[in-house]
Amino acid sequence: MQLINPQMVQELLDKLQDQDLYIHLEMTTGAYASHEDESKFTASTFIKNGVVRYDHGSIAGFGPYRVGLKMEQGWIYAQGLTHVDETETERLIMAGHDSDGKLVVALQLSKEPF
Amino acid sequence: MENHILVVFPHPDDESFGTSGTLAKRIHEGAQVTYACLTLGEMARNMGKPLMANRVTLPELRKKELAESARSIGIQDVRMMGLHDKTIEFEDQDMLDGMIRDLIEELKPSLIITFYPGYSVHPDHDATGAAVIRTVASMPKGQRPVVNCVAFSKGCEKILGKPDVLVDVKDFLTNKFGSIRAHSSQFRWKDMLGNYSENDEMVKSRFNTERFWTYHFE
Repeated sequence: MQLINPQMVQELLDKLQDQDLYIHLEMTTGAYASHEDESKFTASTFIKNGVVRYDHGSIAGFGPYRVGLKMEQGWIYAQGLTHVDETETERLIMAGHDSDGKLVVALQLSKEPF
Repeated sequence: MENHILVVFPHPDDESFGTSGTLAKRIHEGAQVTYACLTLGEMARNMGKPLMANRVTLPELRKKELAESARSIGIQDVRMMGLHDKTIEFEDQDMLDGMIRDLIEELKPSLIITFYPGYSVHPDHDATGAAVIRTVASMPKGQRPVVNCVAFSKGCEKILGKPDVLVDVKDFLTNKFGSIRAHSSQFRWKDMLGNYSENDEMVKSRFNTERFWTYHFE
């Protein structure tokens, strides 16, 4: 994983639009958040291999980045994205890592299931 | 002394801090150990620093770390059970219990080590322990293996009392530290040690006792 190059992400977003894709979308504060610090709140969510199709997708911000994907009936949104797998040319693997290196958010799109 | 120990935890690395010394000790004394690891911990948010993996590559990395940890401890038989991280509590209970029943029937363990349901913080831990307890409870009294549980929720000792099984693992800290080090995507062992080394008495004394609660079925 490398720090996001927004041009590269935008090119992939354009390439993947208007087709059925498998999505992995996730956000987490960590399963031990409130165990380690009672002032913290434990919450997380993920969807793995939902099928989505967007007709318009773009990346915004100056790092960390945001991505919005407009679908016929709604939106997909992620904020706090910092890293991308720069070796992927057919699918998009993005994540947001905090200053400690821990994953907080992930957004992945692929023609094949994850 | 038990001949076959079955360990049932949901995540690679669940064995390291609470159980690895005990397993190394029992193996040294002649026990066979089967470690049934229900998931690959593929939803972990630790991916090393600098990053060693991403959501797609993490499962393969954690498989390798699990194998390395098992080598460190001396575990003879590791089974990766193919379930998905964070989902144990939502799995079909009959399927889950059947999986554990099959392991018990095959291996005939005299001791099972798992998490204490309700006192193990992570929902996967609690659901794993609950499946083991349900399955063993359904066996005829005389055939039940002993179940030793790991618990670490805040205040668990107030409810459960003191752990009744204390294992001195000071002669097996090499194995234990090896197991911790093996899971390098998950534990930053050097940061945990800070200015200390594995050989400092302060560190050894912190890690040299492992604690279990024997589950009472009735």
